[in-house]
Parts: sequence; structure tokens; C-alpha cells
Amino acid sequence: MTTDLFEYVLRIGDDALIAAQRLAEWSTRAPEMEEDIALSNIALDQLGVARAMLTYAGELEGAGRGEDDLAFLREDREFRNCLLVELPNGDFAVTMARLLFLSAYQGSLYDGLVGSADGRLAGVAAKARKESAYHVDHAAQWTVRLGDGTAESHKRMQAAVDDLWPYTHELFGSDAIVSGVAEAGVGVDPASLREGWTEAVSSVLDEATLTRPADGWAPGGGRDGLHTEHLSYLLSEMQVLHRAHPGASW
Amino acid sequence: MSATSERAAERVNQEASSQWPLWEVFVRPRRGLSHSHVGSLHAPDAEIALRNARDVYTRRQEGVSIWVMPAAAITASSPDEKDAFFDPAADKVYRHPTFYDVPEGAKYL
Repeated sequence: MTTDLFEYVLRIGDDALIAAQRLAEWSTRAPEMEEDIALSNIALDQLGVARAMLTYAGELEGAGRGEDDLAFLREDREFRNCLLVELPNGDFAVTMARLLFLSAYQGSLYDGLVGSADGRLAGVAAKARKESAYHVDHAAQWTVRLGDGTAESHKRMQAAVDDLWPYTHELFGSDAIVSGVAEAGVGVDPASLREGWTEAVSSVLDEATLTRPADGWAPGGGRDGLHTEHLSYLLSEMQVLHRAHPGASW
Repeated sequence: MSATSERAAERVNQEASSQWPLWEVFVRPRRGLSHSHVGSLHAPDAEIALRNARDVYTRRQEGVSIWVMPAAAITASSPDEKDAFFDPAADKVYRHPTFYDVPEGAKYL
């Protein structure tokens, strides 16, 4: 059970960590200064969840690994994040589509975890759900404006939604680990979140005059450590300082 | 007008300028106090302006309520009018309530 919980907490933490790293790539590069600050704020929210989760995962593992060890000293195959968060940022539309899909999922996950029998998970979730609500709102505002905007912005927003849609299926995948922690009242089975997620995302896409893509190809593997090549490049940039100067601090 | 057509209208208005319009931001630090001007920002419309204000001006728990308004909607007094506007008040001490005896025991006056 503890091993399963370690894996489960790692998945939540890694989703948040990799999402934070991708969002941080927008710093100094966002289309407007105000948006730059907004994306950095969201990245820091994600990082906050990642730190809490990786710290807890290290304690559950009981092998003396802390948040930094888990973040900076694991190889790509040891990461448990979904593929959606590791994909490149693309243009602003891709970033907003990803943020919409991811934060709608994270929000409903945290809503469920607030009632977890595990006090640590419930505590982090209670704080994170409010942050997620804001992330969803931010992504929805831009999805609607770009989707229901000019011909060019509509085209690019629709392309972003189409490109990322296949990667949303992995968010709701079940396996022995999640069903185990869900049965114990500690975790949430992601499959149970799918209906609410689809409803929430569809209503944003409708308002944005975008077409919800058909379900088909469903890439996965992230929860088992099988990632796209993009994760390796992300990790090498994220980990280089820590690996070059182990234990470096400000 | 629907929200969608309002947005379309705002877009048309913006086509003339490549930069987002300027908004003035007012934040109320806590209940019971009034909103104070804290600065300005650029945003394509009011809803985004409100969210940008949240991100730019209330990151450190500075407020419990935000107002945004288009900077273009403000009519300001001109520095040239300063003398005519404000100097005449300088020698009218009788406008200050300083000619009354404060009753004993009345605090906070």
C-alpha cells in the first residue's frame, strides 16, 4: 500500500512539476508583460503542489530522498507524469489548450482529494483546488477569445485543441495502483473524473466556437515511465544546475 | 449586445492600435476601506483587465476587491489649471472645523 501510495503521489507531483517547468519557459517570452506575470504565477502554483507532493513521496518511500533528489536526480524513465505536460509549449494557443485540459483535470482531482483519508493529500488538495479554479478560468478566457476571435486565431486555437486532444485520454486511465488507493479512500480513480471534465471542457469549447475533436488515437505510457523524447530535453535543462553543483543553494 | 458581439466590437476598436488599451486599477485592501488607485495595466477587455490586475497587483494579498476602468474614461484636471483650482482654498481657514471646542471625553476627533 505504501509503495502504491508513493507511486500515486509521484504521479500527481510529477504532473505539477513538469507543467511548472513548461510554463516557466514563457517567462520573459509571453505576448504581453501582464500575461508573462500570469503564466509565472500559475507555474509557481504548480511548483508549490509539486514540492509538497515530492516531499511527501520521499517520506512515503523512506529511502531518505527529499524533494530535490526526486526532482533533479531521477532519469526520464523514473518520471510518472502524463505525456500532456511534457509536450513542447508550441504557440500561445497550444499553451492555453494544454492549461485548460490539465487544470480542469487537476481541479476535479483536487476536489476529490479534499475528502481523502490521507490528511497530507487532503491538505495540499484544499489549497490547490482554489489555484486550479483560477488556472481553468485563465485558460478558458483565452480559449474563448482566441477561438471566437479572428480567422487566424480561430484556426490556431482549433489546431491546438486537435493536436492535444489525444493526450487527454491518458489523464483518465486506471490501473491497479489508482484503483487500490481509491478503494482505500486515499486517492481518486481518474476514470471517475472523466464525465465532469468532458462537460466542463466542452462548454468552454462551445463558447469558443471550437469543435470538440473525435476520440481516437490515445497515446499513453507516462504513468509507467515511457515518455516522449521531449521529456529528456526538458529534464536536462531543469536538472543541469543541480547535477553540476549538487546541493547548491542560494 | 451579447458578450460575443461586444468582444467583436472591442476587437474592431482595437484594430486601429497595435497595443492593448490602458486600464486603471483600484484595490480595496480590506473590508471597510475604500478602493485606492494602485496603478495601471494593458488588457484587451475588461474581464482580462480584472484578471491581469489580480496577477499584477494582488499577488501578495494586497486586496479583497478590485475595480478596473478604462483609462480613457477618466477626465483629469489639468496641471495648467492648478492655480485656479486649488490655490483659492489656501486662505480659507474657516472651512476647517477648528473653531469649535471639543467636548471633554470625545475621542478620535
